[in-house]
Amino acid sequence: MQNKNNKMKLLVPLVSVFLGLLIGGIIMLVSGYRPIEAYVALFQGMLGGPYYIGETIRQMSPLILSGLAVAFAFRTGLFNIGVEGQLLVGWLAAVYVGVTVDAPAIVHIPLAILAAAVAGALWGAVPGILKARFKVHEVITTIMMNYIALYTTNEIIRNFLLAPGERTENVKESASLASPFLQSITEYSTLHYGIIVALIAAVIMWFLLWRTTMGYELRAVGFNQHASQYAGINVSKNIVLSMAISGAFAGIAGSMEGLGTYQYMTINAAFTGVGFDGIAVALLGANSAIGVVLGAALFGGLKIGALNMQSIAGVPTELVGVVIALIIFFVACSYIVHWLMNRVSKGGKI
Amino acid sequence: MEYVIDMRNIRKEFPGIVANDNITLQVKKGEIHALLGENGAGKSTLMNVLFGLYEPEQGEIYVKGNKVVNNDPNIANSLGIGMVHQHFMLVDKFTVTENIILGKEPTKGGKVDLHTAAKEVQALSDQYGLRVDPYAKIEDISVGMQQRVEILKTLYRGADILIFDEPTAVLTPQEILELIQIMRKLVSEGKSIILITHKLKEIMEVCDRCTVIRRGRGVGTVDVKDSNPDSLAAMMVGREVNFTVIKGISEPKEPVLTIKDLVVLDSRKVPAVNGLNLTVKAGEIVGIAGVDGNGQSELLEAITGLRKANEGSIHLRDKDITNKTPRSVTGSGLAHIPQDRHKHGLVLDFSVGENMVLQTYYQKPFSKNGILKFSPIFDKAKKLISEYDVRTPDAYTPARALSGGNQQKAIIAREVDRDPDFLIAAQPTRGLDVGAIEFIHSKLIEQRDKGKAVLLVSFELDEIINVSDRIAVMYEGKIVAIVDPKETTEQELGLLMAGGKRGTVNAE
Repeated sequence: MQNKNNKMKLLVPLVSVFLGLLIGGIIMLVSGYRPIEAYVALFQGMLGGPYYIGETIRQMSPLILSGLAVAFAFRTGLFNIGVEGQLLVGWLAAVYVGVTVDAPAIVHIPLAILAAAVAGALWGAVPGILKARFKVHEVITTIMMNYIALYTTNEIIRNFLLAPGERTENVKESASLASPFLQSITEYSTLHYGIIVALIAAVIMWFLLWRTTMGYELRAVGFNQHASQYAGINVSKNIVLSMAISGAFAGIAGSMEGLGTYQYMTINAAFTGVGFDGIAVALLGANSAIGVVLGAALFGGLKIGALNMQSIAGVPTELVGVVIALIIFFVACSYIVHWLMNRVSKGGKI
Repeated sequence: MEYVIDMRNIRKEFPGIVANDNITLQVKKGEIHALLGENGAGKSTLMNVLFGLYEPEQGEIYVKGNKVVNNDPNIANSLGIGMVHQHFMLVDKFTVTENIILGKEPTKGGKVDLHTAAKEVQALSDQYGLRVDPYAKIEDISVGMQQRVEILKTLYRGADILIFDEPTAVLTPQEILELIQIMRKLVSEGKSIILITHKLKEIMEVCDRCTVIRRGRGVGTVDVKDSNPDSLAAMMVGREVNFTVIKGISEPKEPVLTIKDLVVLDSRKVPAVNGLNLTVKAGEIVGIAGVDGNGQSELLEAITGLRKANEGSIHLRDKDITNKTPRSVTGSGLAHIPQDRHKHGLVLDFSVGENMVLQTYYQKPFSKNGILKFSPIFDKAKKLISEYDVRTPDAYTPARALSGGNQQKAIIAREVDRDPDFLIAAQPTRGLDVGAIEFIHSKLIEQRDKGKAVLLVSFELDEIINVSDRIAVMYEGKIVAIVDPKETTEQELGLLMAGGKRGTVNAE
């Protein structure tokens, strides 16, 4: 039984990816593009050479972290739709520390990442407190907090950190995750050390949830608040804690952008989307640490490959957006996949 | 003889187990036919086969003389088979009528014709003596009435064969009597009833014939008037069962739990416990008898720290535990078998092993410096599973996968194993079969004999009278009488529980 479940956990995403690509191909065909050519270009753009691999991995790093944020909250019974906002405040905090503090890299980088984590945690804790104290649903408050984060971070940059070009100064070299070494082995992609941070975070998430008493409490509260209260677990504390930890992951995702990819923060006209992609990544990865890493690899790869698909096969990048949406659709209604597989396994008999 | 339901030699397999093995169930028109078996014996599987939810590997089903190949619940409905589920399938915010017509709404000019429907519901209700208000909202009516709405739902759809799945599990003694009247009325109007149950008393009282299944196999069908509870129990369990609880005389010692002038408000801010005094001594079982809703739940919640006490005090030995947190109350030596095992007793998605350390996971040896130690946790769990005969594939199985009786055994194992001074057992045997009940009662008495104080809360008067050493009758938030179980009767208790007076007996 357990075995069968594990098999399904792997099969549902795989079949969903296949179906997403298949229907995406049909859409291309109908729209007058050549799907085979497009997918070859897409695949090459994902993994067809060191440069592309580097770019894919770079794109993965924040996605892993935002996926972990969503998955962590979900495992403890909460829907954190506010990863986007927590990511923005984390980004700003990391850049602020990166710009203003003087320290050797060994101190400066961890300090900037820590600042991002703390900022994200505080931002996440607010909806947690509102839920624990006043029973306000976290989906509502986290969505609202996203907007507050977007406009607040913009305002802070505009008033205190503005540099020419609607952005902040670059972070100091001692705070930068950029790696000439990684760049050189990937034909000068923008790959940076953030992937290491992301993978460590994935291990931390797994360890925290499954190996510690804190994780035991968080999961118990997520499954059954009444039984947790009966057992003497402080339910309110755990709701706040869960949101704070989830927010910390999201904040670190922001630091990937601030210390790694961009080295600064711009005044954002709109959301980055990385936080929302985290929801899809967590869904695709069945809310497990390893699943999130794999899901992020797929999403990161598709997004990077889409650029190549456009330049080689002339298919607009938006089509990859359609494929991603289809994949999410099939994972979300895994019922259809189950049904299809049952039909196949029964040999076409209803 | 023509049978309305004739299921012959049914066999249903699931991967790894045979849930039904050669079971024959034949129901005559106009009879109340009991389907008796322990938890997990295969009663539900058999009914799901009849209902078309499962396809049997072997066997034939005839309904009213016609052979049916049933693989769709809609066919069962059209054959006039209706099910009154144990867990009601009702929409809380809808009225009685809206619930009954749901899925089969009569329309007039494109609009749902609620008025005509309500009249039909009223007529059906009157015909069978169901006393249901068609316009009442489900959330406002009692559990007993909700069940009658479920019955009406099947009747409205034209059912003449009604399956009752453990109907009395959720009812108060008074409501059980009413239900029995209703079932008699239904058969007198030509309906046939299959009653799924493991309560022998109900079978003796209301059923005509009884089919017994044990571990998936059909044991046989007997006429109830030719049998007795002992023989039925032996058929069901496969051995002789002790109904009379064997216990020595209690030797109460010093008071363990002392409650003084306790006032507890319920969720609506009305005093549910209103000036209650009670003492439970070491080495005795005190049973609280009372009709549901007289403050028992609030009393237990206040003792265990789940609800605030507004006035009064609760002491465990010399320690004041009034308004302490659940963890600190537990630490003072209290264990609690909660009334609702799914809501409070277990985290159903946790493994059995994880559930076994629900209150102790943070202590040594189960964790160290905040890191869980899985081998001591699962060693402990395996030990408890074998000691308390919890039937589970292993300690890693989710608690959800266990039968109700085994879930309850797991909770009892966990609570008793902590070796508490004071044990609360709230409805410890609700929904369990006689074998499990026997086991649980013996465990409670074992605790008493070890010199622990036990507080038993139950709506089953049999249980209260058989297990308790003293009975405290609770009415409107107070203990109104303390009686000796050897000198009382169900009638007297029933009267006291309804607020009747007795010679002045003061609560200690």
